[in-house]
Amino acid sequence: MTGYRLPTGGRINRAAQVTFSFDGSSFVGFEGDTLASALLASGVQLFGRSFKYHRPRGLVGSGSEEPNALISVSRGPGRFTPNLRATNVDLYQGMEATSQNRWPSLKFDFGAINDRLGMFFPAGFYNKTFMWPRSFWEKLYEPAIRRMAGLGQAPTEVDPDHYAATYAHCDVLIIGAGPAGIDAALEAAATNKRIILIDEQDELGGGALSDPALWPWLDRSLKALAASPNVTVLTRTTAFGYFHDNFIGAVERLTDHLASMPDGPREKLWRIRATEVILAQGAIERPLVFDGNDTPGVMLASAAKVFALRYGVAVGQSVALMASHDSGWNDAFALAGAGVGIAAIIDVRDIVDEALLAKANALGIEVRLGHSVIGVRGRLGVKGITVARNDGTAASDITCDALLMAGGWTPTVHLWSHSKGSLAWREDLGAFVPDVPNENVRCVGACAGTWNFGAGVVVDVLPTPKDPARLKAFVDFQNDVTAKDIKLAVREGFRSIEHIKRYTTNGMATDQGKTSNLNGLQIASTALNKPVTDIGLTTFRPPYTPQTFGALAGHAKGALFQPTRKTNIDSWAEEQGAVFELVAQWRRARYFPKAGEDMLAAVNRECRMVRSSVGIFDASTLGKIEVVGPDAAEFLNRMYTNPWKALEPGRCRYGLLLKEDGFITDDGVSARLAPDRFHLTTTTGGAARVLNLMEDYLQTEWPDLNLWLTSTSEHYAVIALQGPNARKVLEPLVEGIDLSAEAFPHMAIREGTICGIPTRLFRVSFTGELGYEINVPSAYGRTLWERIMAEGARYDITPYGTETMHVLRAEKGFIIVGQDTDGTVTPFDAGLDWAVGKKKADFVGKRSLARPDIVAPGRKQLVGLLTDDPSIVLEEGAQIVADPNQPVPMKMIGHVTSSYWSETLGRSIAMALVEGGHSKMGQDIFVPMPGKTHVAKVSSMVFYDAEGARLNV
Amino acid sequence: MILIHCPYCDEKRAELEFAYAGQAHIARPLDPSALSDEEWETYLFIRNNPRGRHHERWRHIHGCGRFFNAVRDTVTDKFETTYKAGEPRK
Ligand SMILES: [Zn+2]
Repeated sequence: MTGYRLPTGGRINRAAQVTFSFDGSSFVGFEGDTLASALLASGVQLFGRSFKYHRPRGLVGSGSEEPNALISVSRGPGRFTPNLRATNVDLYQGMEATSQNRWPSLKFDFGAINDRLGMFFPAGFYNKTFMWPRSFWEKLYEPAIRRMAGLGQAPTEVDPDHYAATYAHCDVLIIGAGPAGIDAALEAAATNKRIILIDEQDELGGGALSDPALWPWLDRSLKALAASPNVTVLTRTTAFGYFHDNFIGAVERLTDHLASMPDGPREKLWRIRATEVILAQGAIERPLVFDGNDTPGVMLASAAKVFALRYGVAVGQSVALMASHDSGWNDAFALAGAGVGIAAIIDVRDIVDEALLAKANALGIEVRLGHSVIGVRGRLGVKGITVARNDGTAASDITCDALLMAGGWTPTVHLWSHSKGSLAWREDLGAFVPDVPNENVRCVGACAGTWNFGAGVVVDVLPTPKDPARLKAFVDFQNDVTAKDIKLAVREGFRSIEHIKRYTTNGMATDQGKTSNLNGLQIASTALNKPVTDIGLTTFRPPYTPQTFGALAGHAKGALFQPTRKTNIDSWAEEQGAVFELVAQWRRARYFPKAGEDMLAAVNRECRMVRSSVGIFDASTLGKIEVVGPDAAEFLNRMYTNPWKALEPGRCRYGLLLKEDGFITDDGVSARLAPDRFHLTTTTGGAARVLNLMEDYLQTEWPDLNLWLTSTSEHYAVIALQGPNARKVLEPLVEGIDLSAEAFPHMAIREGTICGIPTRLFRVSFTGELGYEINVPSAYGRTLWERIMAEGARYDITPYGTETMHVLRAEKGFIIVGQDTDGTVTPFDAGLDWAVGKKKADFVGKRSLARPDIVAPGRKQLVGLLTDDPSIVLEEGAQIVADPNQPVPMKMIGHVTSSYWSETLGRSIAMALVEGGHSKMGQDIFVPMPGKTHVAKVSSMVFYDAEGARLNV
Repeated sequence: MILIHCPYCDEKRAELEFAYAGQAHIARPLDPSALSDEEWETYLFIRNNPRGRHHERWRHIHGCGRFFNAVRDTVTDKFETTYKAGEPRK
């Protein structure tokens, strides 16, 4: 155990100690540390357990690429964040961090038994093993796997934080503030362009932060940027996704690094639209693949340099380097310069740059060329390594307490790939680099494949004399994928990297393969004996690093998740204690319970009162469209199934609207107010859809017609007054309208005033009773409602909700489009032949009504159902069969669409779509339900007052 | 989020102001009753699914409300051009 704080160096503030806890133990770090650097400085090498085998794991990287050190941070109830990379967590006083995926403790983990059984967990193990029987998956396999192979626990409390979101626009957006990004920003700053520079770390500088020679340049550059009014700098901000037309999503972390939580949002989502994007995301060093390369203490050479020179932390007392690239040598020299002991440099190459050899010699570092590490001693931490010549001979041990890997570099092309820029393979780098852009974007610096790190060779798996079948040589550390797994996938026939990836899960962990994709590709390439370019590259998708749901949701949660539309009368219903339901986005009163009433009791009472006296209903949510113009009647005649041209002003008509495929899409009663003016109504949920459909025909098929369509859904409050006493309630309130049956018959409209308010008064009925729908300007809705309630008191006027509305309409066989129809129901199927104008030459959907499938027998048709046992109310959605004794699976011939207890009839009623239903009148059908099969007779849908006597009064 | 040029507003606006409205240049037959079942089927259901240039309709539904035509590349998801309804195919 071995990491320690160097006596000098780094950008930490050694004057400011920070106390924190990890797995319950107390530690001390410094201001400027990450959780990773502070723990490393305290001698901690074990950071977590791996996903599948629960192998002990330490740090591999020093930033976003870190695959192993996933930890959780708790800040109190609802403020528990799992799966954070310790290398990205800025330390603060009092931080409480815990390791993950271990039980009962990090050092003794019961799940590590998986590692001993490793030969039983090859690639595709989950696919192969947990296939059968199906029920075992839900009850046994999945819960067990989830417990054993988990990431951090999801928090259970509601997140008390809030999250902000903003839009930003700029001429140049620079992502990544290493030397290349800063240079680009300085260059752009000299123009008058608006510039945004963002970086995911707590301070700008990127790689320069671990290169003290560049610090004076960095200071000068940051001062220059700070003095440029046209430059906006965002730190702790991750550009997680690159979307169309230079639209970038970024999350700024505002409070996670603070010891005390200020008021204000935790994170801010930036949606940035940029004229030009400059990507300066740098490159990620590649691990080497060899037996034991996941032992804690084996890490990237570049990471060891960052810990030493940026944080003043040595990763070990005696550190060995395994390299295939020059950059590792320079990192080792930098460590030596910082006072870290270098045990040996092993390079897989036979020949390296003389200058490197000379420098190693000058520093007294032992060098082994043409050698590879073939084994690592130690389980919870490196105790030493075994190296051998590449031909397998001359194996010898080297004592060390950390091993650095320098396997070359992978340009970070994630965002470039999000933008759908193409990639080109660079054989010399063994990596893909940006090629042809698909947006106004360019890459600069290491992410473009241009760097001064020196040269190297690409090796898929380091040479070893050991049995390849027994190697634990990891490619994807987070998902525990070994070189052996990838070779197995190839042996089992997988050829495309996209398939190999899914079979082995290589690159599918939360780090999206930042350190594993290219090694996996090289291994597959060798196994298939094909060039990498023939195997393909897996697709990078947002997010670049995992982001919180809070940041993405922003304010769109709770009541703000979606708008709740309320009528002008809604507040009255709320005061009366109505129970509400959501219909489309409208909040509607479902019923008005009195003390002690449940829903059934309330609905029964409301139904009784409408049928016996008078009920009042808020129908304001009905969709409304004003159709105005000399061709209004012609237009409606083409849209609706029935004739409209002969409709006289002052009269109403039921309109049935099809789509061109012949299926019912909406219905509603509409009125002609004048030769050139109609007041249409639509279903509550269909208003926008109907207007869109009508606009489509008007604008694109019949642009010659002269009319306007205007949505007036929210302009009118609509009060439905229904019941035998409805006229008596209205009479004293209405001026200028003769309400007598002769002057104002059913399906008519009159304009006048009610309580002094201008009204469009419809005489219509969705209940089968004498009824009116009173349209007044929305703002008068509640006022008028209360006036009517007062006037109706002597008739015991009863407010009713959508549930009673449904029961009353079902008793009359009126359909609800979308409940009794499902987009496959024609007017004939629904028994609405009467609403189709047989003599009309054309209307939308008419031609389809003659399609072979539409006229074929055996279509599902809408019918009534009466259960043999009148007390049984069938379940809506229940399936219907013709023969209950047939073997399972039974042939289903339809389903129940509407079903209620009818207080009026003293029995249950239902509507159903049944194959050939119209020809089954009087026949028995069967509804199998758990425990009992119900018998019902097919009937007419009109259960009450079939002759309509109650309407014509 | 794509920026789409509305030919009526003559402005590029964010995709969320628009609604897709299917393949373009499929005119409703003037006399549907004169069509055979096969012809009506073709009008009603048969659509192109090209890899590349696609003529399609969009509506600036949260803007001016107008339907217009567009040529979009289905591979790159880039709009080549947009033009007013009734203008010839581009
Ligand atoms: Zn527009």
